[in-house]
Amino acid sequence: MNSDLLIQVENLSRYYGSRAAVDDISFELRRGEVLGFLGPNGAGKSTTMQVISGNLAPSEGRVVINGIDILEQPRQAKAALGFLPEQPPLYRELTVDEYLRYCAGLNRIPRSRISQAMESAREHCGLADVGARLIGNLSKGYQQRVGIAQAIIHSPDVVILDEPTVGLDPIQIREIRHLIRTLGEQHSVILSTHILPEVQATCDRVQIISQGRLVLSDTIEGLERRMQGSSLTAAFRQQVEPADLTDLPGVMEVEMLPDRRLQLHHVVDQNPAEALVERSVAQGWGLYELVPERMSLEDVFVDITCADRLQEGEP
Amino acid sequence: MMVLHIAGRELRSLFLSPLAWAVLAVMLLIHAYLFLSQIEQYLVIQPQLALIEGAPGVTEVVVSPLFGSAAVVLLLVVPLLTMRLISEERRSGTLSLLLSAPVSMWEIVIGKYLGIVAFLFILPAMLGLMSLSLLAGGSLDFGLLAAGLLGLALMLAAFAAVGLFMSTLTIYPTVAAVSTFGVLLLLWIIDWAGGTTGEDGSGSALAYFSMMHHFQVLLRGVFDTADIAWFLLFIVTFLVLSILRLEADRLP
Repeated sequence: MNSDLLIQVENLSRYYGSRAAVDDISFELRRGEVLGFLGPNGAGKSTTMQVISGNLAPSEGRVVINGIDILEQPRQAKAALGFLPEQPPLYRELTVDEYLRYCAGLNRIPRSRISQAMESAREHCGLADVGARLIGNLSKGYQQRVGIAQAIIHSPDVVILDEPTVGLDPIQIREIRHLIRTLGEQHSVILSTHILPEVQATCDRVQIISQGRLVLSDTIEGLERRMQGSSLTAAFRQQVEPADLTDLPGVMEVEMLPDRRLQLHHVVDQNPAEALVERSVAQGWGLYELVPERMSLEDVFVDITCADRLQEGEP
Repeated sequence: MMVLHIAGRELRSLFLSPLAWAVLAVMLLIHAYLFLSQIEQYLVIQPQLALIEGAPGVTEVVVSPLFGSAAVVLLLVVPLLTMRLISEERRSGTLSLLLSAPVSMWEIVIGKYLGIVAFLFILPAMLGLMSLSLLAGGSLDFGLLAAGLLGLALMLAAFAAVGLFMSTLTIYPTVAAVSTFGVLLLLWIIDWAGGTTGEDGSGSALAYFSMMHHFQVLLRGVFDTADIAWFLLFIVTFLVLSILRLEADRLP
């Protein structure tokens, strides 16, 4: 068994009644990887996280954490696992220190090492100066950090974070993302989210889940390649007619937009941006804006799921 | 070890909520009043008692009725304390902290149970101290007092087990409280049905299920292993039901 393989999920399914929330998912995670789990709301992200963390039992399939099956030896498997659910599991009436001490004990950290573990978790999550405050009185961002501190206090091999940045302000989001990046250096992290930039900012690998099925598993570079669109929007000072541009290499169609803007649809591998700039300079059109159209996550998503369905339709 | 850790947190959180202090204060006030009124009554009938051969002592006249009424008052109060045990954790999402920690379900349930029981035992302890204050003016029947305290403690433990189970069934603490109260009251009065009770309160199946029946045996100072076993079985049953209920949550 490869010791660097920290999570193996094999043919995992989970039904609620007859509805499949997660349908036959398989994937692996190695040490030091940050895996982004993308999908729209209700796609089965949270259910998958809960199954992997042992909060729910799978209907079918297996989850193996660090070589240990989570159903057969839950206690050993869970010891290698830190989980932050969508709603951080905080006791509002406790102070941060009391809470972390409780979590440290729950994770069977020996009494002699508890202070040290608390210290490092607090430092990691930027909680050094709020240790004595009541969790209920902290801001949402700090509460989220306490949630993360709870998940990493026993320095588990695998950290699972379910939508860790929901409801935070942009600065807090940046801090949490940075924190996740640092976590990825020592632990393996699974991050579930429906925000694409978050995945781009933090993850090495990305998986897209839709209606309980895994529809894409790729590296971040692979995803970005997919997101390169096939159109450019150009804005000119002078009036330029679509006909002036149709002969550029790779251009398939030119569309007129308001405010002297033109949209160029081109062949995917042949970007006409350079040729367009050269011609604009030569003709004195006054090009002042050139924006490559990038596909949004939704587009990629629709793209992939549609392709999926087409393949299924045509044997 | 893990059980005690969870129990400690439970107890701590109880004391961090105003509810626990309010309950303790109100209970103490009410029982002090009951205690005083029992003593008053004893003082009234004392001259007559002095004339009777083998008359009931101060323990039987003051302490046993005090414990008897304490049981009824606690029947009303315990559901309020147990209602949040699991339902609140479920509602606020903290249950998942326990479920994803390397802790088994029985440790979670027993831990929570011991936490609440430790709190509830403060009440019989206070009542015991109250009774001991009678030593200032006379002597006590310590056997009777001990049996009464044991009965009260066992009954509180049984109340808590029912409350814990009801709390696993719902995310609404009030629903848990009302259903706990319903079950406890039913178990209390179940042998009132149509004169099925024999002269000594035994002899029918319904009486056997009545918690009051087993409690009153202890209150009379009779230490019968059958009654102790009844309470213990009762507690174990509800704890096992709670564990099964929580396990069932995870299963598909």
